[in-house]
Amino acid sequence: MATLAPGGPGSPSEPGQGTPTAMPGGGVWPTGGLPEGGFSGVRSLRRMRRAITSNGKATVGTGLLALFCLVAIFPGVIAHDNPSAEIYGRALGPSGQHLLGTTAFGQDIFAQVIYGTRPVILIAFGVGLSATVIAMLIGVAAAYLGGAWDGVLSLITDVLLVIPAFPLLIVIASYLHGASTAVLIAVVTAVSWSYTARQLRAQALSLRNRDFLEAARVRGERSLYIILVEIIPTMTSLLMASFLTNALYAVLFSSGLQFIGLGNPNTVSWGTMLYWAENNEAFQTGQALWIIVPGLCIVALGAGFALLNYAFDEIGNPALRPVKSMRRKRVLPR
Amino acid sequence: MRFVLRRLGFFVLTLWAALTLNFALPRLMPGSPALAIIANHRGALSPSALKVVEAQFGIGHQNIVLQYFSYLGNVARLRFGESLTTQPGVSVGHIVLDAIPWTLGLVGLTTVLAFILGTLIGIVGAWRRGGWLDSIMPPIFVIMTVIPYFWIGLILILVFGVKLHWLPYFFTYDITLTPGFNLAFIGNVLEHAILPAFTLLITTIGTWILTMRNTMITTLAEDYVRMARAKGLPGRRIMLDYAARNAILPNLTGFAMSLGFVVGGAILIELVFNYEGVGWLLLQAVNNDDYPLEQALFLLITAAVLVAILLSDVVTAILDPRTRGAR
Repeated sequence: MATLAPGGPGSPSEPGQGTPTAMPGGGVWPTGGLPEGGFSGVRSLRRMRRAITSNGKATVGTGLLALFCLVAIFPGVIAHDNPSAEIYGRALGPSGQHLLGTTAFGQDIFAQVIYGTRPVILIAFGVGLSATVIAMLIGVAAAYLGGAWDGVLSLITDVLLVIPAFPLLIVIASYLHGASTAVLIAVVTAVSWSYTARQLRAQALSLRNRDFLEAARVRGERSLYIILVEIIPTMTSLLMASFLTNALYAVLFSSGLQFIGLGNPNTVSWGTMLYWAENNEAFQTGQALWIIVPGLCIVALGAGFALLNYAFDEIGNPALRPVKSMRRKRVLPR
Repeated sequence: MRFVLRRLGFFVLTLWAALTLNFALPRLMPGSPALAIIANHRGALSPSALKVVEAQFGIGHQNIVLQYFSYLGNVARLRFGESLTTQPGVSVGHIVLDAIPWTLGLVGLTTVLAFILGTLIGIVGAWRRGGWLDSIMPPIFVIMTVIPYFWIGLILILVFGVKLHWLPYFFTYDITLTPGFNLAFIGNVLEHAILPAFTLLITTIGTWILTMRNTMITTLAEDYVRMARAKGLPGRRIMLDYAARNAILPNLTGFAMSLGFVVGGAILIELVFNYEGVGWLLLQAVNNDDYPLEQALFLLITAAVLVAILLSDVVTAILDPRTRGAR
């Protein structure tokens, strides 16, 4: 990120923003600590569960994510109006009937927010998973195969890493004219896997000459087995960090694209809500909630991913944990 | 020296990849939407610009290899054709040059400011470990970095523009004024820059603070810092000359890199405030299907980033001899 952006200014970014965002190589987003030695995936999963319950940030992050996932799966249970139906009074204020009022087209804003969760969650998890898998395949293959393969794969990764992601997304989306959720997942994945691939390659390289891999080779295991069963489980925490970071950026990037009007404007989602609200001058007509609420949802979902990521980082790197004891403070002279 | 040469080679290669991407994208898209739109606007272009655009998007009857080389040749001579729809018939280079100063002024100055402020806050935060600054900053800025820039801009518009009427939030200056070097106009421009600059500042400063704080915490644990303390050096000297000086490298290289993101770094903020910079222009081009303008802007933004990355590599190599041998 940079994050985001950070790097660019982020880092995301744009991110995002641009930048942001953070953005490539900015080291904005904390990454998981290196696992010590070759312990099994199951054990680190158990460690992860313990971490979630013991670390406050992790608990809040998990709670936020679980909440949004539930809303995305069962939107009809919470909102009873059809989110796209333009059947109510236009630009109504909040009331018992319409908790957040209605849009300038006469749609129920609350229903739109609730139903708009699903595409965002789909994009976040879709990009998080697919970018991590692609990064894993390319990063580990580059490190394991070495030689010319490593040269070519690393070069592709590095080139993609430095081309600014958000402008590239805008250019690609502008040729597509109204990208659907599936297309958004594909496009955002295509521009965002490189940072993780680089990290995973470095991690795999550091393992290359470890004894447990040598033992597997001596046993006569095939390369595929070694990669899948011996190398990849040691990367659980890096993969987790990659999933969370990519999911977060996917939320910010896709919302940004939809806000510009490069998504499919008929999809009900937080980004497209913001697009229509901005185009209908929602602030000037007293429809502030039309802009405030979808934005808050993006922030809350993003915070869920970021808090979890930050918590895993604290678990992996104890030096970053908040200092509590007074005794330690006294040791440090001013 | 070998290190710099290798980075230079990577720079050229990446630039070439970006050019090729620009050339390939319109041809890879299903239904070639760019072709139809350009065909509709052929009349608006001068003959020389038409040739440039045809090579770029593959309209003429030449085969693709010839198109590719004539496209590369045009870019090398900085010929990007003419705008189709945004300002029909005006050369793309001209339009872009008009937008650059606005972005450099707004985003450039804000980036420098955010870097300086963020680094200082990070230093003090890490030095007073466990103090109020240290305990509130990280959580606040974790949250700040997940807020979409454009949404912060929208909220600031709501509060300071629409509700309080304190600041203007539309366009780069009051349209009723004639641009010129007088106090009224310059004041007006500055006034219009406050909200977008503030938006950018609060969204980017967190990165600098967190990076500086986290690196500085690591250096504070080093033996030479303990040594300095044992010698009884004043705290300020240890903080700045011993810890911060050794911890600032990631922030410095990040800063060199972020200078490259200045050009295209605030696309959505420029959109929200209708600030007529490079990012705003890119979105205009996108909305109007003005593909020649769009491609030139993408190349400009990418080139700026690549130059900055090269710069940051060189800065790292100069400041930290350990990196010179590394890949």
